[in-house]
Amino acid sequence: MILAGLIILLMGCGVLAWLAGRWNNTLPRIISLFGISIQLLVVVWIWLTHQQGSVTGQWIMTYTHSWIPAFGIQIKFGIDGLSLLMIALTAFLGLLSVLTSWKEINNRVGFFHFNLLFVLAGITGVFLSLDLFLFYFSWEVMLIPMYFLISIWGNENRTYASYKFFLFTQGSGLLMFLSILGLYLIHGHNTGIFTFDYEQLLGTVMQPQTAFLLMLGFVLAFIVKLSTVPFHSWLPDAHTQAPTAGSVILAGLLLKTGVYGLIRFVLPLFPQASHQFAPVAMVLGVVSILYGAKLAFAQTDLKRLIAYISVSHMGFILLGIYAFNEMAMQGVVMQMVAHGISTGALFIIAGTLHERIQTRDLGQMGGLWAKIPKMGALGLVFVMASLGFPGLGNFVAEFLILNGSFMANQKLTIIATLGLVAATIYALRIMQKVFYGKEQKTWVIADFSIREMGIMITLVIAVVWMGLFPSAVLTVSRPSVLKVIESVADRKAQTREAQLHRQTTLEQNITMTGASLPGHHWNTNSKKAN
Amino acid sequence: MDSMKELLWLIVALPFAGSLILTVAGKQLSRLASVFIGVGSVSLSAILTLMVGISFLQGNPGGVPYVESIWQWMNVAGLSPDIAFHLDGISLTFIFVVTFVGSLIHLYSAQFMWKDEGLRRFFIYMNLFVGFMLTLVLADNMLLLYLGWEGVGLCSYLLIGFWYKEPANGYAARKAFIVTRVGDFAMTIGLFVLFMNFHTLNIHAILIAAPGMWPVGSGIALVTALLLLGGALGKSAQLPLQTWLPDAMAGPSPVSALIHSATMVTAGVYLIARTHVLFELAPVAQATVAIIGAITLLVAGLAALNQHDIKRVLAYSTISQIGYMFLALGVGAWSAAIFHFMIHAFFKALLFLGAGIVIWSLDEEHNMFKMGGLRKKLPVTFWTFLIGAASLSALPLITAGFYSKDEILWLSYASDKGSIWLWLAGLAGAFLTALYAFRMVFLTFFGSVKKEPSQLPGLTMTIPLIVLSVLSIMGGFIEMPGDMGHFTAFSDFIEKALPVTLVNASGHYTELLFQLTSGLIAVAGIGTACVFYYGKPFAAAEPQRNAVQQFFYRGWNFDLLYDTLIVRPVVFFAQIDKDDVIDRFYNGLASLALWFNKILSATQNGRVRRYAVMLAIGAIITLTIILYL
Repeated sequence: MILAGLIILLMGCGVLAWLAGRWNNTLPRIISLFGISIQLLVVVWIWLTHQQGSVTGQWIMTYTHSWIPAFGIQIKFGIDGLSLLMIALTAFLGLLSVLTSWKEINNRVGFFHFNLLFVLAGITGVFLSLDLFLFYFSWEVMLIPMYFLISIWGNENRTYASYKFFLFTQGSGLLMFLSILGLYLIHGHNTGIFTFDYEQLLGTVMQPQTAFLLMLGFVLAFIVKLSTVPFHSWLPDAHTQAPTAGSVILAGLLLKTGVYGLIRFVLPLFPQASHQFAPVAMVLGVVSILYGAKLAFAQTDLKRLIAYISVSHMGFILLGIYAFNEMAMQGVVMQMVAHGISTGALFIIAGTLHERIQTRDLGQMGGLWAKIPKMGALGLVFVMASLGFPGLGNFVAEFLILNGSFMANQKLTIIATLGLVAATIYALRIMQKVFYGKEQKTWVIADFSIREMGIMITLVIAVVWMGLFPSAVLTVSRPSVLKVIESVADRKAQTREAQLHRQTTLEQNITMTGASLPGHHWNTNSKKAN
Repeated sequence: MDSMKELLWLIVALPFAGSLILTVAGKQLSRLASVFIGVGSVSLSAILTLMVGISFLQGNPGGVPYVESIWQWMNVAGLSPDIAFHLDGISLTFIFVVTFVGSLIHLYSAQFMWKDEGLRRFFIYMNLFVGFMLTLVLADNMLLLYLGWEGVGLCSYLLIGFWYKEPANGYAARKAFIVTRVGDFAMTIGLFVLFMNFHTLNIHAILIAAPGMWPVGSGIALVTALLLLGGALGKSAQLPLQTWLPDAMAGPSPVSALIHSATMVTAGVYLIARTHVLFELAPVAQATVAIIGAITLLVAGLAALNQHDIKRVLAYSTISQIGYMFLALGVGAWSAAIFHFMIHAFFKALLFLGAGIVIWSLDEEHNMFKMGGLRKKLPVTFWTFLIGAASLSALPLITAGFYSKDEILWLSYASDKGSIWLWLAGLAGAFLTALYAFRMVFLTFFGSVKKEPSQLPGLTMTIPLIVLSVLSIMGGFIEMPGDMGHFTAFSDFIEKALPVTLVNASGHYTELLFQLTSGLIAVAGIGTACVFYYGKPFAAAEPQRNAVQQFFYRGWNFDLLYDTLIVRPVVFFAQIDKDDVIDRFYNGLASLALWFNKILSATQNGRVRRYAVMLAIGAIITLTIILYL
């Protein structure tokens, strides 16, 4: 009930904020703040009280309620370590988004917060759904309000960006929906039970080719979301044009729904197909790392530069997921949280700068350290986080991913490690162009206010804490990660065992008198030979 | 006293705390308070190091390492590094140098940076640096070492670019960070290989397990050693990754003294010494270390000789002297390398601080040809600088530099891995060293006065010079050659942590002969400098250079090479594809859709006759298909 309550709370507050916006601009902000704070408190409460439950790898809590029984659709939520972390990140970044928009958004404030809270509700739904139909539903819920956030409160080129965002995600989402339906039908045919229940669909028997096709539908939706090259080009536009809160949520949370989808759905539902797909995915990951870094280096628009950093960082994630081992996968989880925080912080800095000097053009900045040292110092922290500086969360993530992947694929990992050098080049460019060097224009600009310092210090503490005490995150995610790894590894072992078994029986059959063998044995034999 | 060593963590924590306090306290802090905290934290660390060192050595004749674990960093799939510190002979030497030389340089900076508006920021970075450097040398696992490694790199970047308004400084800072990161790329992969083979990153555990797992000369040992060497080359500015160090002189002089000569740049030496077992398992890699060291010391020596900027002379000199340390490591003269590291830290810090005073008092004048006659104007600086230069030139018998360098030269021939060629390279380098060192002394302090000092150093600046010059002389007496008293306090101490050097050639006469040669070479170098530069009236301008000199002046044109081969192509490639060619495809799709839209909407023109024709054509086509297909 608590889980459903979380979503109802966010949606309810969203509607309230919209209504309140008719009278007052401050009231919607307070309502949002209140709603998300409650969510954060609930998450912290679950974290503190139910950690034992997560150790066993079971769901910490679930909630089931029938929705459309005729089609086997139910409202089924479940939370384990992985989703707990993601929900915590959602609430945390959600709270910061409200705070950063406090002064930035003054137009249609009520409707803004309605959309903001609905995006968060959708994201929460994605991280909690254990019913594929419900999952798809939540996936759509987070998409449409995001479209509005970009198209109404965005920057100069917002219409183009919001269309692009919508088409990319909607198009790939439809493919996923087809895959969900396919899975639903196959499972129904096999067992006679037509259901969208995730746990029942696990282990559905199907032809390898079918499995691969269905998997591709899911994978496409997810890697478009995590902006893997060559499906990344919606991201720089959307991130650049969105208002600050939008960028924070896009980079910090929406990208992570793709990662979450791969881990929660693709690997466990299609273990064999995933193994087939792994080499392609890893190559795409490496290409994203380097191509993203290269594009980031060339940008002159600060927000666009940061956006491409995300492309590069998500490449590490793709590489890590398809390494299929615990270390890399733990790194992936860490990267989700750490990237959410570090890139969120960079977007807040870029947004603050934009708000004050009305430009994102790096050519017009420079030498700002003298005027806004606090912003400079905080920028430095998160620039360092982006280039994988040890002691900050991103380093732990990237090291675990690369070290884990190295055991799976050495050549690709070596190329991926070049990404660390590339990261240095683009990241230091931010510091140079914004804060160091000669002043290009004499800006009158205020440093961070107390509210903004509060936001940033919270983020600094989070990123340092994750860098020095990553166990706090890693122990929570470990049971879920192990479960996923097991599900992939198991199938691999099973198939191998099955093959082995088939071979030995075949050999036995052949050593027996060949003539007396029934025909179908010969068939299998000839198939094998072919 | 025995429990004293449990305070090891505090040595590291104090500078970090100093940095944090200075950061949090913000602008309210007065300049004096900033200085007090900045200098105080490192000085406390130094005092603590002394007490911990004594406590460690007392009743510990075997030199058993002391390990202090603070907390478990992470525990993932067998990777479970701790935040833990490992104290033994090597790390004790390093933390001693880092904290003592560090606090002297901090003290010096108090006056040097007093008028700078970024005083507090300066001490934040400096304290942070000391903290990271201590972490690096005390780390008990490779991951924590890597943390310190990157940390000092960050502080180096921040301090090179300390005067950030000048774009050239920013460029130098980024260059330093990026070039060293290229080395770190190799090192990171080295860590992956180590973990894959040993399932741990604990240094001690790896060193114990390695000889059992990898036979001497095995490919995997070679690869691992070379990968670690890659990291060391970047950090220690050895060929081919040396290009960042001369430019790093853009930072304030105390920074060059602390980071770019005494401590951080020797991290590569530390890394190789620390993982010496891996290099002994890979003789080819170890030989590579020696050869790179030998070539580097010559290349950098020749470059130093052709500079006119006093700090760039010292920068190339540092590269060259670290080349000697690499040479020592490569021939298995472990303790000689560490010994030279320590002595070099004393005299090079001294030289940089002296040069700092010269530059500071002449209002940022770097060109030695525009200086001169400062002997009378800055007497303390002159005498201490002279001692530093003598020690750098390895003036026989009286300077510490002689004892440390002589040991390397002797072992580069006499060790079982030595060769006459390595010795000759070292010897030629020794001549160059003496020559450029005294060229610098004569140009700066002798001759006619070309510019009057505008400000004179106070006690906080001269005391560090005096202390360091005493150490640059006395430091040598803790380790005397076999034929001169054979007093081996330092190597006895280090060899509890590092293997003893195997010596092939022996005999006091041979050793004496080699010493005489190297001593004569040093004196010859000084003499040559005297002939060419003493009392010569040079024009106060940049000197004329012929093509060869220009080549050396430009550091053998490595920058040009890398610019043409790497930097420009990368930048070009990045810029032509700034707008992302892949995006064109999607925009193409969009245009295509728009185009279809245009065509189709053109058909919707409201003319009934046209509609009827279309209808008829459509019907005919449909009927044809139904009937004939």
